[in-house]
Amino acid sequence: MGNKQTIFTSQQLDAYQDCTYFTRKEILRRFHRYRDLAPQLVPLDYKNQPEVRLPYELIGSMPELKDNPFRQRIAEVFSEDGEGNMTLDDFLDMFSVLSEMAPRDLKAFYAFKIYDFNNDDFICKSDLEKTLNKLTRNELTEDEVRMVCEKVIDEADLDNDGRLSLEDFQNMIVRAPDFLSTFHIRI
Amino acid sequence: MEIDAEYDSGSDVDSRRRAKGRNKAKPAARGKKAKPADSEEESEEEEEAPRKRKGRKKKVESEEESEEEQRGRRKKAAASKKKAAAKDDSEEESEEEKGNKRRGGKKGGTKKEKEEENNKEKKGNGKAAGKGGKDKQDEKKNKGKNSSSSDDNSEDESMSEGEMARLKEEVEEKKKLIATLRNKPWRMKRRLKCLKEAQSFVEKFEGALGKGKGRRLYAFKVMMTKKIIKFNRDFENFKTACIPWESRIKEVESHFGSSVASYFIFLRWMYGLNLVLFGFVFGLVVIPEVLMGMPYGSIARKTVPREEQDSAMDFSVLFEFGGYCKYSIMFYGYYNNQRSIGLLQFRLPLSYLLVGVGIFGYSLMVVIRTMARNANEGGDGAEEGAFTFCWKLFTSWDYLIGNPETADNKFASTTTSFKESIVDEQENLKDENVHLRRFLRILANLLILCCLGGSGYLIYYVVKRSQGFAKLDRNELTWLQKNEVEIVMSLLGLVCPPLFEVIAELEDYHPRIALKWQLARIFALFLGNLYTFLFALFDEVNAKLENEKQIRNETIWALKEYYANYTLYHNVTENIPLPNISPADVIRGPCWETEVGIEFVKLTVSDIQVTYLTILIGDFLRAVIVRFLNYCWCWDLEAGFPSYGEFDISGNVLGLIFNQGMIWMGAFYAPGLVGVNVLRLLSSMYYQCWAVMACNVPHERVFKASRSNNFYMGLLLLVLFLSLMPVIYSIMTLPPSFDCGPFSGKDKMYDVIMETIEKDLPPFMADIFSYASNPGLIISAVLLMVLAIYYLNAVSKAYQNANMDLKRKMQMQRDEEKNRRNNKDSTNQVMKDLEDLMPNKSLIPPPLPEETAKPADQLSKSPKVTGKPGAAATGKGVHVQKDVSLAAANPRAPVTRPPGPRPPGHLPGNARGPPPGQGMGRGRGGPPPRR
Repeated sequence: MGNKQTIFTSQQLDAYQDCTYFTRKEILRRFHRYRDLAPQLVPLDYKNQPEVRLPYELIGSMPELKDNPFRQRIAEVFSEDGEGNMTLDDFLDMFSVLSEMAPRDLKAFYAFKIYDFNNDDFICKSDLEKTLNKLTRNELTEDEVRMVCEKVIDEADLDNDGRLSLEDFQNMIVRAPDFLSTFHIRI
Repeated sequence: MEIDAEYDSGSDVDSRRRAKGRNKAKPAARGKKAKPADSEEESEEEEEAPRKRKGRKKKVESEEESEEEQRGRRKKAAASKKKAAAKDDSEEESEEEKGNKRRGGKKGGTKKEKEEENNKEKKGNGKAAGKGGKDKQDEKKNKGKNSSSSDDNSEDESMSEGEMARLKEEVEEKKKLIATLRNKPWRMKRRLKCLKEAQSFVEKFEGALGKGKGRRLYAFKVMMTKKIIKFNRDFENFKTACIPWESRIKEVESHFGSSVASYFIFLRWMYGLNLVLFGFVFGLVVIPEVLMGMPYGSIARKTVPREEQDSAMDFSVLFEFGGYCKYSIMFYGYYNNQRSIGLLQFRLPLSYLLVGVGIFGYSLMVVIRTMARNANEGGDGAEEGAFTFCWKLFTSWDYLIGNPETADNKFASTTTSFKESIVDEQENLKDENVHLRRFLRILANLLILCCLGGSGYLIYYVVKRSQGFAKLDRNELTWLQKNEVEIVMSLLGLVCPPLFEVIAELEDYHPRIALKWQLARIFALFLGNLYTFLFALFDEVNAKLENEKQIRNETIWALKEYYANYTLYHNVTENIPLPNISPADVIRGPCWETEVGIEFVKLTVSDIQVTYLTILIGDFLRAVIVRFLNYCWCWDLEAGFPSYGEFDISGNVLGLIFNQGMIWMGAFYAPGLVGVNVLRLLSSMYYQCWAVMACNVPHERVFKASRSNNFYMGLLLLVLFLSLMPVIYSIMTLPPSFDCGPFSGKDKMYDVIMETIEKDLPPFMADIFSYASNPGLIISAVLLMVLAIYYLNAVSKAYQNANMDLKRKMQMQRDEEKNRRNNKDSTNQVMKDLEDLMPNKSLIPPPLPEETAKPADQLSKSPKVTGKPGAAATGKGVHVQKDVSLAAANPRAPVTRPPGPRPPGHLPGNARGPPPGQGMGRGRGGPPPRR
């Protein structure tokens, strides 16, 4: 069917299929979504891997991300430059991880990165506070925020260093009943 | 590709000849090794044939191959130059590898030989086969070198078994890597690169491993797995697309929290269940009867009796399911007892019985399966509430939300849920007057018991009274007298739950616990009512049975009279034609099954009416009044007394469950009831969704209905059992009516099965069944099951204990570490002193000093601490020792770094589920490049 497409070579498509959870059709659809964000920037020929980056402003304005309080973090984590400017590879990467098919471990890893605001490989109190404030739009009082953060650390911090490491986080998140169903974007 | 293949075969023959020639030419030089090499070559040639064929067929990759081949050719020239330079650049090497591979591909079957040559050469060069540390890189280099000179390199020795195995392992590893590449948290670029390397490696060496056939099988397998994955994915997508009302429920959920949504999810589940039951009943009973059975009016049971015909179409009669309704496919009585109907020889009576029982079987299965799944789901053995806040924080945002309004709702609901958890948390610390509360709770329970007893008595009284009315002429009765039972039951269901709620105020439980109590009480109420009703009904049925006997005798008497008269008039004793009576005039029995069916249908319908009216008046009207009268009222209606209604979860859930119980009970006597119920559930989904969004306010204290789903299921299971009993009892013991229904003329309903066994199945089957129904066999089977249950129970207890043990250990470990952290300095101090004192600086300190190191209060507090040295026997001793040895190695340095997280293997909670660190291990080893 799709032999007509001239965007990718078939090896490229095969490689993408091996590297993501998408089928060929889905990859092409993602590409078109990506291109629709900025048709003047993205060429229709990806055979020689052009270096195109879309700025965060465009990525963050996608309807799938627009209302997400963590959209900036998501873009930052998945973009190669760490500032939310995404190449097509990053874009595919992001939606592959956030697709239904991605396993718990992978999702947990990226969730950890997303919630780790200061990129220090630990979720510390300030990260938790940021997460909570984003989640509730600053509607909790300071006391409440502090209490929640303390409780979270108390619950999940297995090695008692006052912050959550990746292991702590994974140990906690693999038991969460609705993590898989909520950490998921349909595009 | 075709051309390539031709070329392949040509060169193949060539190379083989060469190889043989080589073998022949240097037999002496090889010495010992020549023989095995020869034989191996021999066998290889045999293998090569299929592989060649395969190469021709492998068109899947044709595009890719041809392209890469070109590249390979280009590279080939460059490769030899580079070889001389012996560059170490791995990337270059992979390219070379490709070139190498392509050449190998062109030479077809020689690939393997070459490889052997490579390995042999290594050996020849003094790189012993036993050199374990030889890595891939090294090997690749060799290969590269060889490839440039392979044509004239005629050394060949046999490949050792170990190397073969190692190669195989490596290829397997690469394959696994390809399969799981998408699971690696790497950047796409790195993944692509890695994929390329791995693929080329696999492609190159795979031929060496799989025997010809195995390779094709492998390709086939790969293809199939891909197909299966895709199919599964599509199927999953399809399944999720088929689930209705997702957005509706999400909407409710965003407004009212998960507890209200759990009711709607339950409603939806129930709808699904009923759709299946509906499919059974209509597909196997109703439709065959409509299509193939006798039409209406052909026989007595399918005709309205003469005396009722005038009023049979009146609305008031139809509304009570009399008249035409009573003699329709909705009810048991309409079905004929013909053994088989239609062209297909459909065994309707058998099907009727089996569907009646199958409904219970299916429901039972589904309920239990759902319960099991709910029990497994997510829980993962994590104790309830262990991670409440964590989960709230990290999993409450639904990434699917893509609509600002929903997002607003989600923010609001997240905030409420946090607030509620905080309140919960503070409530745990509250302490109050215990005695007063106990007294109040006992009082409340007493009051509720009184209510229950009163309602039971009321129903019994009303049913008895209605039996009295039934003997009177229907026309003289008022509407109230005719429908007394249903009205009283509905009213009780309406009045009692709020009453219970008021009484429950006395108890002052946490809302979640209060909800459970409330559910249990309403459950008891409904159950009592239902069973009183049933007992009264059975009384009635027995009376009807007596009545029926009488009518039966009368019928027989009338027939005999007719025959006698016929003989008298016509003087014939044989071939008397059947009496020519219109089916409407035939004397008929009361047909108790239909009566029971009508009772259930009436009950269901009145239940629907009451529910809908309650919503309309209690919620909608109230909301309208509160909303609009508020402008001209002397106090604030919205905030003050009437306010808006809250959604009554417990009452609604129980209403649904009991409704389902009635369906289960009534479905046997009134097959149409299932259809009625499907309509009811469908309409109430929309109606209640609207009502809850339009007229209700969120609960003041939103609470998460975490596990109550299984609680509902448990109630449903209980109701299922309770409704199973009367039906099975009636099937097994009561004689069916003699002139209506599919079982008329039989002594017992289940005789229809016996009949089928005797007449339709081969005789040996009948034998088997007669053996199987032998009491001895049944008793032993029951015994076996009991034993199995006992055994499984014991095993599960043991597991539970083990689980508890592990949990305790984990807790102990945490506490211990906490303690150690807190007393780090002092411990170290003591250790230091100890080190100084001890002459031989033993690595393992005696247990005594460590104990003294702990403060006294901790000694008294925890066996965890005192038990520490002893615990060396258990798993955690390892850590203690490790830590100590660390300290001993460098006693003066204070421990500034906290001990690293334990390896996942030590976390007991991880026994199930994937080890969290594993998939990520590589990821952490090489974190994705940030820039």
